Amino acid sequence: MNTLINIIVQGVLLGALYGLFAMGQSLVFGVMRLTNTAHGDFIVLLVFVLFALTGFAHLPLAVALILLLGIAFGAGYAVQYAILNRVSSRDPLPSLIVTFGLSIVIQNVLQQVFSADPRSVATGSFESQSITVAPGITLGYLPLVTLAATVVLAFAMQWLFGRTPLGRAFRATSDDREIVQLMGVSYRRTYALAMGIAFVLIAVAAALYSMRTAVSPTDGPALLLYAFEAVIIGGMGSFWGTFLGGMALGIAQQAGFYFDPGWGIWLGHIVFLAVLVIRPQGLLPKTA
Amino acid sequence: MSALLETRGLTAFYGDFQALFGIDVTVAQGEVIALIGSNGAGKSTFLKSVAGLLRTRAEQIVYRGEPVGGAAAASIVGKGIALVPEGRRLFASLTVEENLLLGAYCKRPGRWNLQSIYALFPALQERRHHAATALSGGQQQMVAIGRALMSNPDLLMCDELSLGLAPVIVREIYAALPAIVADGMSAIVVEQDVQLARRVSSRFYCFQEGRVSLSGLSAQVSDEAITQAYFGVVT
Repeated sequence: MNTLINIIVQGVLLGALYGLFAMGQSLVFGVMRLTNTAHGDFIVLLVFVLFALTGFAHLPLAVALILLLGIAFGAGYAVQYAILNRVSSRDPLPSLIVTFGLSIVIQNVLQQVFSADPRSVATGSFESQSITVAPGITLGYLPLVTLAATVVLAFAMQWLFGRTPLGRAFRATSDDREIVQLMGVSYRRTYALAMGIAFVLIAVAAALYSMRTAVSPTDGPALLLYAFEAVIIGGMGSFWGTFLGGMALGIAQQAGFYFDPGWGIWLGHIVFLAVLVIRPQGLLPKTA
Repeated sequence: MSALLETRGLTAFYGDFQALFGIDVTVAQGEVIALIGSNGAGKSTFLKSVAGLLRTRAEQIVYRGEPVGGAAAASIVGKGIALVPEGRRLFASLTVEENLLLGAYCKRPGRWNLQSIYALFPALQERRHHAATALSGGQQQMVAIGRALMSNPDLLMCDELSLGLAPVIVREIYAALPAIVADGMSAIVVEQDVQLARRVSSRFYCFQEGRVSLSGLSAQVSDEAITQAYFGVVT
């Protein structure tokens, strides 16, 4: 019994990280129908920006984290405005090719600058501290912080989209980007803002991920895969769907890890494929 | 009366295809003009050009003495030009009220707000939390008009308000027009129904194959002259 609870609890904690990876992807796809194949590499890129801030510039972690959020927003805005807006159209192929190219560029630049060694961000001993809630069930502080961050950000994104003028502009731009201009909304600027916000989500994910494990420059595609799987399992409808998708993926992987350390990732893929076959619209599809 | 909007030899293209060949149209402050003409004559293209959705040369469109041709569409509405697009084009993921609120995105001050729109179209108030595209065609058209009015325009452009609507609904919608333009707003109305267009406007322009084939005072022109200009028939 404790084993089952442990699998679910640890799965939820792992899933929170995947949900966080996926939320930026969900936002980008929701607003501009852009399938960003460089999403995982953007996460890795921001991880290395954090390394540079703490390792080379020797900034305190808290200062570096705040700077990272600002840098991420600016970088996301700039990437969308200067590059991705040029290939944004009804045809998905040009943007796929450009983000695929960005993915290759980021991996190679990072290898050139930082070498291929995996690194992680030192947090003192925070990443190894935990609390034991019941016999056999131990919760790490870092995974708990990750879960809290994911829940707070899912609430924040749902509020931003549902209740604010900017969220209305996002949804309307997604519906009809020609007509939205007649309301005074520049879709180019809206897209850039959406990517900026997506990059802030990516930065939070990157910071928490780099504290949890060592990251190497070529880890991006694997992270992209988890993000994709979480988005598709959850359905394209809402950020809560993405959140749920991350949870489902995390629990599946954790269950796999219990049987055999080699089965975790594999069982996650199996659950993803099963959802695609049985419920291709995802757990929480768009209702409207 | 001074000209609010003036187009001078306006040309417009869809790729290599030229849709407008030098259109001269003037709209005075507080004036309602009608654009008539058959399908493909260039009426909608003209409105899209003024709204900035199609690229034009700067000096071809003059608004309040300022050349605005080729300006970004998103900046045109802030100057006081609003378009009710053909086929309504409401935002499907937004409710009625959210569609209206988005119309006020540019934050121009004026007499139009949610209250005054609901006073004009009471049917919208009770359905304000419904998805905009779940409404009847006539109510959707009211939302589209309301959305344009929420930007408090000085020039309202309406593209085929009657499209796909029953005649009784069309009459109901046009009955609101006098109240809308009562405070001196100008309007350009594109309409297939020539008699209706003449009734609501003081002047008209008849388009044919991207050129103005006839223009004049709506009350004075003869039906024969319009028929000839409309179809290009030589009698």
